[in-house]
Amino acid sequence: MNSLGEAFTAAWRLIAGFDAELAQVVGLSLQVSLTAVVIATLIGLPVGAMIAVERFRGRQALIVLLNALMGLPPVVVGLLVYLLLSRAGPLGSLGILFTPTAMVIAQAILITPIIAALSRQTLEDAWREYDEQLRSLGARRITAGMTLIWDTRFSLLTIVLAGFGRAVAEVGAVMIVGGNIDGVTRVMTTAIALETSKGDLPLALGLGIVLLTLVIVLNALAAVIREMALRRYG
Amino acid sequence: MAVMRSAVLAFALSGLLQLPMAGAQQPFITVASTTSTEQSGLFKHLLPVFEKKTGIRVRVVAQGTGQALDMGRRGDADVVFVHDRVAEEKFLAEGFGVQRFEVMYNDFVLVGPKSDPAKIAGGRNIIEAYKKIAAAAAPFASRGDKSGTHAAELRLWKMAGIDPQTGKGGWYRETGSGMGPTLNTASAMNAYAFTDRGTWLSFRNRGDLVVVVEGDRQLFNQYGIMLVNPAKHPHVKKDLGQAFVDWVISAEGQKVIADYKIGTDQLFFPNAKR
Repeated sequence: MNSLGEAFTAAWRLIAGFDAELAQVVGLSLQVSLTAVVIATLIGLPVGAMIAVERFRGRQALIVLLNALMGLPPVVVGLLVYLLLSRAGPLGSLGILFTPTAMVIAQAILITPIIAALSRQTLEDAWREYDEQLRSLGARRITAGMTLIWDTRFSLLTIVLAGFGRAVAEVGAVMIVGGNIDGVTRVMTTAIALETSKGDLPLALGLGIVLLTLVIVLNALAAVIREMALRRYG
Repeated sequence: MAVMRSAVLAFALSGLLQLPMAGAQQPFITVASTTSTEQSGLFKHLLPVFEKKTGIRVRVVAQGTGQALDMGRRGDADVVFVHDRVAEEKFLAEGFGVQRFEVMYNDFVLVGPKSDPAKIAGGRNIIEAYKKIAAAAAPFASRGDKSGTHAAELRLWKMAGIDPQTGKGGWYRETGSGMGPTLNTASAMNAYAFTDRGTWLSFRNRGDLVVVVEGDRQLFNQYGIMLVNPAKHPHVKKDLGQAFVDWVISAEGQKVIADYKIGTDQLFFPNAKR
């Protein structure tokens, strides 16, 4: 397949040529998905911690629901947010459909369950291990939760990266609520979909390679930070 | 770690705060249009000229005509720029549009594999070609997405007296997607496909596909433009939207449309009545 070769050539040309338009698309991808992952973490992590340490009625059902929501199809989330934000919808007066803000909302909805469900599991495992210790210290549940989050922070970082990966890679939701508007809501994945539509498969795949490279760089950065922190805190 | 996290947080939050402001300094309208106008590259050629003249930014959301009109019905667009006269007139009759203006036309073509299993290459009669495709049960990739092109394709099947649904699961294959993806599918399985010429000319992944039928009067493809009715949706940017409609059908707008070429091929032929 010489189109694979063409794709790598296209990818290289895109990276080496530093096209301003591409930089803007890449920047928006990062901006939207990083914002979404921060919001999802701010919501998902406390929810996960709460479920991990608290015992209440319906807890098991909530866990099942959260785990199931990890499989939310992006296109369904997109449709839901579209109907909410559409002028004919309940939040239409905000006028934020087809803006990056709408894309952030959709992606945050998509990945909050992932972060909540995975951190719940991680924290609960840690809780089983430290339960007695924390109890004997007389720690209240909220303190226990905070301690657990701190102790498992590196595992949690991986979870946050998984959430980011899901956000930056999805196309279904941002296509619907963003509209793939040139220069306004076009991100990497919708640009890839557009080039595929135009039949320019090497360019589409080239953009995919650029996206992948970017995600690898971000993950490498996270790994370096983790190493540095491990060394400092032992 | 903490420093990094707060740095990321600050970056992300500052990003969020800026998001709604992006482009707010410049007036803009949202236009619901079709994949054919976007993917053929017309808008990239047309819109900068309009923006330079008026300072109005045009945000295009490209979908099938059916979806684009629904966007207008919901009030999510200021202007609709599509190509399905029957559906457009229904939109008008429902009161969602103010007035419909014809803008330009191009034509549909039937593309198919060089091997030409239905033996229709070089023909000028689309109805005859359809009959032969059905008779030969040759693979045919349809949009199946309620777009303007899909509607035109279905009208032709009807005129040929054939219900393509009988070939469903067999030779008639609905992709349920845009023109480009449908052409990708057709190219991969050597199927016939019905496409607008603009998308075809700018389409790169042709494989063995070539134009097999063109030039029939039935293949005429008219584009129209309408302002979404502010009486139905008060937030519609009436003045900015009307400025765009007026410019597209003005002598200047029409000339810019006529000037758009891929290689030596003119893609759209302006025909606004002024």
